[in-house]
Amino acid sequence: MIRALIARIRQGHRTMPYPAAPLQVPERFRGYPVVSSREEPDGGKDETSPCPYGAYTAGGGACLDMGKCLFCAECPAGNIEFTTDYQLAVSRRDHLLVGPGTEQHHAQPLPPDLLRMFGRSLKFREVSAGGCNACEADTNVLSTIGWDLGRFGIQFVASPRHADGLWVTGPVTENMRQALLTTYEAIPAPKIVVACGACAINGGPYLDSPRVLNGVDSLIPVDLYIPGCPPHPATILDGLLRILDKLK
Amino acid sequence: MNNSLHPLYNGLAIPFADIPQADASQFLQTILDAIDRGRRIVSYFGIPGQDAVTLVCVLADKSEGRLGVTRTAADSGHFPSLANLCPQVQLFEREIAEQCGLTFDDHPWFKPVRFHRPFTPGRDAWNRPADEPILPGVMDYFQVEGAEVHEVAVGPVHAGIIEPGHFRFQCHGEEVFHLEISHGYQHRGIEAELFGGPHPRTLHHMETLAGDTTIGHGQAYCMVTEALAGLKVTPRGEVLRGIALELERLANHTGDLGAIAGDVGYLPTSSFCGRIRGDFLNMTAVLCGSRFGRGFLTPGGTVFDLTKDQRDDLLKRLAEARRDLTGAIDLLWSTPSVMGRLEGTGTVSLEMALTLGMVGPAARASGIKRDVRHGYPFGIFRMTHLPVATAFHGDVCSRTMIRWQEAQKSMDFIEEQLRQLPAGEHRVPTSPLAAGQLVVAMTEGWRGEICHVAITDDLGRFARYKVVDPSFHNWPGLAMALRGQQISDFPLCNKSFNLSYCGFDL
Repeated sequence: MIRALIARIRQGHRTMPYPAAPLQVPERFRGYPVVSSREEPDGGKDETSPCPYGAYTAGGGACLDMGKCLFCAECPAGNIEFTTDYQLAVSRRDHLLVGPGTEQHHAQPLPPDLLRMFGRSLKFREVSAGGCNACEADTNVLSTIGWDLGRFGIQFVASPRHADGLWVTGPVTENMRQALLTTYEAIPAPKIVVACGACAINGGPYLDSPRVLNGVDSLIPVDLYIPGCPPHPATILDGLLRILDKLK
Repeated sequence: MNNSLHPLYNGLAIPFADIPQADASQFLQTILDAIDRGRRIVSYFGIPGQDAVTLVCVLADKSEGRLGVTRTAADSGHFPSLANLCPQVQLFEREIAEQCGLTFDDHPWFKPVRFHRPFTPGRDAWNRPADEPILPGVMDYFQVEGAEVHEVAVGPVHAGIIEPGHFRFQCHGEEVFHLEISHGYQHRGIEAELFGGPHPRTLHHMETLAGDTTIGHGQAYCMVTEALAGLKVTPRGEVLRGIALELERLANHTGDLGAIAGDVGYLPTSSFCGRIRGDFLNMTAVLCGSRFGRGFLTPGGTVFDLTKDQRDDLLKRLAEARRDLTGAIDLLWSTPSVMGRLEGTGTVSLEMALTLGMVGPAARASGIKRDVRHGYPFGIFRMTHLPVATAFHGDVCSRTMIRWQEAQKSMDFIEEQLRQLPAGEHRVPTSPLAAGQLVVAMTEGWRGEICHVAITDDLGRFARYKVVDPSFHNWPGLAMALRGQQISDFPLCNKSFNLSYCGFDL
């Protein structure tokens, strides 16, 4: 016992001060994209996307879809610059589209009736539907002492019956379609749905694979989209705090 | 080596035509003889053709540090099964059946692995109608009968934030007689997408085969393309890759040590490690911006170099993490209630581990000295040798101990490499892939041996790309570890293996 206490003192208090103090993100972190407009060499006629996922479209004004974007280290589009801004989560799918000079959108607070119900206690049931375990791992990390998700009244629970919302990672494989729907139905209404990561939003690296469904909103409506492959824990937490109106 | 076993080395390409085509009985005899002499199957797969399936088997010979490959053609739609004689082949045969529609006669456990349609439409090993859906987990499970026996079914959706899989326990009271594990829920069809590659998406698919093993699988893929393109990675590139691989091992081993502590209800180590794991992930993010190493590797080297400031930053972070981790883990060994739960739980004997062909920390915990970094060195591990840690008992305690010992060696390695980073370029330009080749690339991921095999067609495209995640070898080990255990020890046993669902399901 005494050893455990000494170890505890040595380890110290390690929960980060965020959101009271700003977060440190790595220098090379790829966050909110800046899309610069570019004269297409052939007058903008070439509609084929240099991005293998079609996240970038050049025609009709450059546009980057953060829902499809994997935030590659070497973006093939050439006119995208990634800032270290991790605040990427949004409430509407079309708010993930970024063009030159587009206003940056953030996740919006839940409607007042839901906020009244979930504002101080929000429980999620997570379903990994084809995820590679990266989104899962960085969702899990929020419950560690470093992030201490519990201090915001948010928790991941074992049973859908105890949950207020469904948390989905992965592109939704054919083989997980039924399990995902069954879990969704088992959650009592009213309920919210979070699509965490590029896969859950639009299929991610598995976009249009015959074995996957290209994301959650092909099956059920989504209330919070968290882009990234995988999203940084800070991106996830930012989205959660915003829908609960805890971040001004 | 046997005549029909053609020698090759980890990460070197050979012309596919040089591999002699054996007839079926010679092929099977070659595999059996090799296994009898202590060799082991690292990969066994089919290439669907017009009228025949080409079967390719890669065997490892540790004593000589080299591999052997043999091939044959199965043209009748049927092939004899070796699973009764050689249990480590049973999942490989089921996988070939599911992918290529080949029926293995007398297979004791002939059922699907991932529940998907075969590569070639219409050629189905179980003659399932094309207009009926293939439902995951629906198959004949092994069942124990008797008035006092009951069955427990768990999954696909589990209690925590983890991947889906289905577990069937045959129990007598608390005691588990048998566990059968059914996968396929995470199947994304990666191997089917790889025909004709490499495609612009291929590197992303490799990085997300098992997302917690981005560097391990990513490096195996890079080795494949480098061997086929005749690239020589610079010393600096190799060192940076080695550092990333060991950081990945550290992050995951730390997470596992914490999770094992959590599963025996010992919260101090559990909560300390949960945080320290993040410190290692953040070190990977210093390298490339991503905590999981996304975008760090590229065929020819690494995308990012390391500046002097970043190197100093990493050394400082590493020293702090080492101090914290040592303090957290030392608590385990000095807490009798923890040791009481770890010792003697979920034992896999040496004989069983050898029979199943287990790999990685789980194999080493049962006393097998098996580590790709040591046996078939690749990259920087050809220059710097890490000691291989093994244990004897094969129980949860051994698997825990191995992780801590490996973590210490990895920290030593990273520190040493950071202090003597070679100068020069970190990346060389790529070139087109050679035609008609076969290459086997193996790396030691944190879960164990990762094996990628590529065969190129006459235009230098992938005629077949086969991935074997260490979990493919080790899931049967978990099932055996549960025999005779209390079912309440399942979470602990499971955590001590911590195998990948998506890496298995591909």
